Amino acid sequence: MIEAVGLTKRYGDKTAVYNLSFQVRPGAVTGFLGPNGSGKSTTMRMILGLDNPTSGTVTIGGYPYRKLPNAARQVGALLDAKAVHGGRHARNHLLSLAQLSGIPARRVDEVLGVVGLQDVARKRSKGFSLGMGQRLGIAAALLGDPQVLLFDEPVNGLDPEGILWVRNLMKSLAAEGRTVFVSSHLMSEMAVTADHLIVIGRGQLLSDMSVTDFISANSADFARVRTPHTEPQLREKLASALTEAGGHVLPEQDGALRVTGLALPRISDIAHESDVRLWELSPHQASLEEAYMRMTQGAVDYRSTIDQKAGLQQQLAPGAQPPMPVPGQGQPGWYAPPPPQHPGYAPPQQPVQAPPGASYGAYGAPGAPAPAPGPNGANPYAQAPAQAPAQPAPASPPAPAPVAAPAEPAPAAPAAPAPDAAPTKSEDAR
Amino acid sequence: MSTPQHPSPQAAPAWQGAPGPAYAAAGPAYTSPIPIVRTHLGHAIASEWTKIRSVRSTMWTLGVFVLLVIGIGLLAGAVVAANATEGDLAGDTALSFGFFGLLLGSMCVITLGVLTTASEYGTGMIRTTMVACPSRGRVLAAKAVVFFAVAFVVTLVSSGFVAMVDVGMLGDARQPTGSEWLKATFGVSLYIALLGLISLAVGSIIRHSAGAITIMIGVLLAPLVIAIFMFSSSLEDLRQALFEYSIPNQLSVFYSSSLSDSGPSGWDPLWIALGVTAVVLGGAFALLEKRDV
Repeated sequence: MIEAVGLTKRYGDKTAVYNLSFQVRPGAVTGFLGPNGSGKSTTMRMILGLDNPTSGTVTIGGYPYRKLPNAARQVGALLDAKAVHGGRHARNHLLSLAQLSGIPARRVDEVLGVVGLQDVARKRSKGFSLGMGQRLGIAAALLGDPQVLLFDEPVNGLDPEGILWVRNLMKSLAAEGRTVFVSSHLMSEMAVTADHLIVIGRGQLLSDMSVTDFISANSADFARVRTPHTEPQLREKLASALTEAGGHVLPEQDGALRVTGLALPRISDIAHESDVRLWELSPHQASLEEAYMRMTQGAVDYRSTIDQKAGLQQQLAPGAQPPMPVPGQGQPGWYAPPPPQHPGYAPPQQPVQAPPGASYGAYGAPGAPAPAPGPNGANPYAQAPAQAPAQPAPASPPAPAPVAAPAEPAPAAPAAPAPDAAPTKSEDAR
Repeated sequence: MSTPQHPSPQAAPAWQGAPGPAYAAAGPAYTSPIPIVRTHLGHAIASEWTKIRSVRSTMWTLGVFVLLVIGIGLLAGAVVAANATEGDLAGDTALSFGFFGLLLGSMCVITLGVLTTASEYGTGMIRTTMVACPSRGRVLAAKAVVFFAVAFVVTLVSSGFVAMVDVGMLGDARQPTGSEWLKATFGVSLYIALLGLISLAVGSIIRHSAGAITIMIGVLLAPLVIAIFMFSSSLEDLRQALFEYSIPNQLSVFYSSSLSDSGPSGWDPLWIALGVTAVVLGGAFALLEKRDV
């Protein structure tokens, strides 16, 4: 159990962490999220007694870290992969740590096996790749077989196999009743690893809730319903029936309806009862990644901008086309669609380029680039999102299609109809 | 067509079952089967010994040190033995020819002392160490003990070897007395090891290898070099003090061959070094406790 109360850290006049209070409970993986420079590592360092808080306290099992008896046996930490002396063999590195906390030397070989570094145990860690360095760091954290584990960006530099391994390792550690606290800036990673999320931005707490709650509080799920274009009256009929049943209905520009507050089967039943045929009934879900980006967009310290190469570029030959910018590159806020209430927002949904038959298979996916989602495996509509996406959106999301016109500063407007129109046609064609 | 697929539920269930019950049964926390021992300075010393013997910089600096002390010491003895005429060496003992090698070799000890602490800051290893052992004072104490022992033993062995060979080689010179032997081997080794210990403390304070090494080499050489160029007679007293208390001159006191007749004599340099070490090491301990790692 890690407990922070009013934790504040200032470096000179820069406040890295401000008034942070949270608890990390045993038996679960707690994700610690925030953009770069949001104070994650500083908080971790304060938990581990490396930095003294300017004010506030943080305790592990009721003790400040530096007062813990044999801390290494109670807390294991991976701070950063390169926190080792590069000239030392992996085994000697771990051996020195084991000796420091009175751990038998055979445990060193054990953890080397656990992280898969037994073959390079006698190699200098200077030559290790980032992924091997991470494994060595994880080995050091596991050395004392501790009850509390902290990992700062554990999957950085790991290969897919390693990422999967770390994911399962954390879950199994938590399942043994340990406290596992993992920082990351990758929401998609946390969505599949963590049970509980603590999100900070600019050193302040933004959210502290379970992944389940986080999803329902932050994702803007809706169902798209399309009635036959040939019979517009059916659309009105369905809309009123759905509203009567407690749903929230918004017409979309291309004639579809956006329904929130009703589960998919229920929509189907209502349509059936009111004798309306459906051409489309599809779930749409904002990914956790988006929810997280929306939450932290005001708290991002380091933003990328377009590389202007001012004065370095040669004049374009008359008539030559300037190169197309990659959509999203350097456009402020491209990654963070405005909140649902904001006009001009639509959750990202890729134009369906697949042939009609295959299109549905791809349909559920676009909103969720990661296997993010339903915590209980049920239809996400079961827990109806509170907020209603307003307005028919002429919007284009961070569409990955290379459509953004070079002159366009904002990704939002006119580029939109193009990707949206395409799928509509393909659907209509069916 | 009206039953769109949910890719997510299929992908998810593998992990979804686990957290629920585990979270609920958070009561009995995990306990390790490995017995927990109460740690003390001994554990830290074992750890620091592993650290100091498992990096190449130790072998390099000590290797060069031994090479310089023995090489230059024997060379000096040999040159003197070849060129000295009858009576040249009447007043001196052969021990004093070990001085030159030791003067150069002290830079190696300084470097190793600085690296023992500062390299952990340079590589980030210090964070790993301090997480494993949050009693910071214990870590620094262990480093000091291990380094001092290593530096002392290596200096004692190499300076003792040079002294014995030189005395054997230069039969014409005055036979050294017991106290002269003690000063030229045991005493000078303590002094060099203390010099290294000061460097270790400076490394812990500065936290930067190159910076700390530069400072220590400056401390070693600057007073003497500055004093050489103090021609003004009004600075005569200062010049004298700089000469007498410069580290090379203090080192030469152990061989009874000081630059001047006043100033430190006998075992004085050792007491001076001991005092400076205590102050600097004390400062390092205080700062280590107070500062962020």
